[in-house]
Amino acid sequence: MLELRDITKIYHQGQATESRLFEHFFLTVPDGQFISVVGSNGSGKTSMLNIICGSIPIEGGDVLVDGVSIQRLPDYRRYASMGRVYQNPSMGTCPNLTMLENLSLADNKGRSFGLSFALNKKRADYYREQLRSLGLGLEDKLHTKMGALSGGQRQAVALLMATMTPLNFLILDEHTAALDPKTAEIIMQLTGRIVSEKKLTAIMVTHNLRYAIEYGDRILMMSQGRVVLDKAGEEKAATSPDDLMRLFNQISMGEPMD
Amino acid sequence: MLDLLISTCTQGLIYALISFGVYITYTILDFPDLSVDGSFPLGAAVTAVLLTQYDVNPFLTLPIALGVGALAGLITGLIHVRLHVRNLLAGIITQTALFSINLQIAGSNLTVDRSVDTIFSSGPIMGLLGDSTLMVRKLVVSLILVVVIKLALDVYLKTKSGLLLRAVGDNPSLVTTLAKDMGNMKILGLMLSNALVALAGCIVCQEQRSFSATMGTGQVVYGLASVIIGIALFRRLSFIKGTTAVVFGSILYKICIQVAINAGLPANLLKLVTAVLFLLVLVFSGRKGEEIIHA
Repeated sequence: MLELRDITKIYHQGQATESRLFEHFFLTVPDGQFISVVGSNGSGKTSMLNIICGSIPIEGGDVLVDGVSIQRLPDYRRYASMGRVYQNPSMGTCPNLTMLENLSLADNKGRSFGLSFALNKKRADYYREQLRSLGLGLEDKLHTKMGALSGGQRQAVALLMATMTPLNFLILDEHTAALDPKTAEIIMQLTGRIVSEKKLTAIMVTHNLRYAIEYGDRILMMSQGRVVLDKAGEEKAATSPDDLMRLFNQISMGEPMD
Repeated sequence: MLDLLISTCTQGLIYALISFGVYITYTILDFPDLSVDGSFPLGAAVTAVLLTQYDVNPFLTLPIALGVGALAGLITGLIHVRLHVRNLLAGIITQTALFSINLQIAGSNLTVDRSVDTIFSSGPIMGLLGDSTLMVRKLVVSLILVVVIKLALDVYLKTKSGLLLRAVGDNPSLVTTLAKDMGNMKILGLMLSNALVALAGCIVCQEQRSFSATMGTGQVVYGLASVIIGIALFRRLSFIKGTTAVVFGSILYKICIQVAINAGLPANLLKLVTAVLFLLVLVFSGRKGEEIIHA
């Protein structure tokens, strides 16, 4: 279980441009839940992910996993049990390394990076099998540099790499936003499949309201550092993209919420 | 003429160790490390003192130079990673500090007397190549050292640690999501790089039998130029590895400078020519040092 407890996040503290994003922000994510998060720009979606991952400091509050605070752990230590896929497809892989080298790196996460050879020929067949399951024809491109692949292909590999080793939380930061609609669809189906197959706890930030409805078993809408809609299970199932859109427009026009 | 070619190639090979160091920091880690100008004479200072005052076996100076060079890299790494000083400045701080430290170690500029054995004139080398001239022995010893280190570096870059090092330069945020501290990898890369640079200083000291406090000036430019020439000219041939390309770059660069000297260039203008040549290399290879400026 992941918990954000009484979080305060202030940008540019003490300066004229000071903005208080989060004040007394709480969120609890039970194990195995797949949450979609929507909200306009600046609503705090990505900041929330960054706070969970330790990418940015907070001014107050605590982040807990299974009741134990992880707030003092540096970002790289937190990633021991988390995977993350970014909006920018080039963030999730090394462009000048081959796909085989990238996959070997990801495969070794959690173990020591010592002086044994990085590429294990025996694993290559396993990687090919994994890549074939993506259905993007990547299985023949193990020796191609990642930078030579398309954004969608890179994002698919990034998703594969992020979930290759056992992990507790998968963080998806608008991971389909930079892709064309068809590729985005493929990546979303892949995401849904991986999350359910590996029974992952996942938090997905997206601007696509339809994806937010279709995928996951809980939906959050955020506005100005607050959660303005939180529906799970059947309640969520009863929510349509139109309902979301209406609420979204209300927020954008600054109408008071109850 | 042949003699000149041999000695120029020998220079190119020895200085290729600097190129390996710069290849690790600049090309692989994307870290323009200026500590080179300090760690190169550091290796020479330590070697000169060990040979003249402590009568140490010349082959023992090689691992010692590697060690002190690694220490210099560690300092730059700690300043950058732990104290959050920008990479260029971290290198400048180490370089400046090393200038005094090198003088402290050596006392003053030192000459290694002819009577003192070097790696080119002692034990096993004389056994194998005793009949050859000193010039040929220098070439063979330098060649062996460069080939051994090149192969070791190639093997290292294929290990898990080496792959992670390449990943740090390519995409630092990926290394973080692999639950690894990229700062530690940067420090490791800087240690490796400066160890090789100090080794170059150690060998140069034995080759020219002297240490001078200013011998480091311009070495980082030399390293960068040879790496960029090497990569630009030879890396296009896909069967040539980066490490091989920079050795060729180093030899070619030494030849260019030798040609300039033969054409009557006064020694005082050597660094000017080095700088101009570097500028030409940058302009014509299409890499205008943008990484350095933005880093």
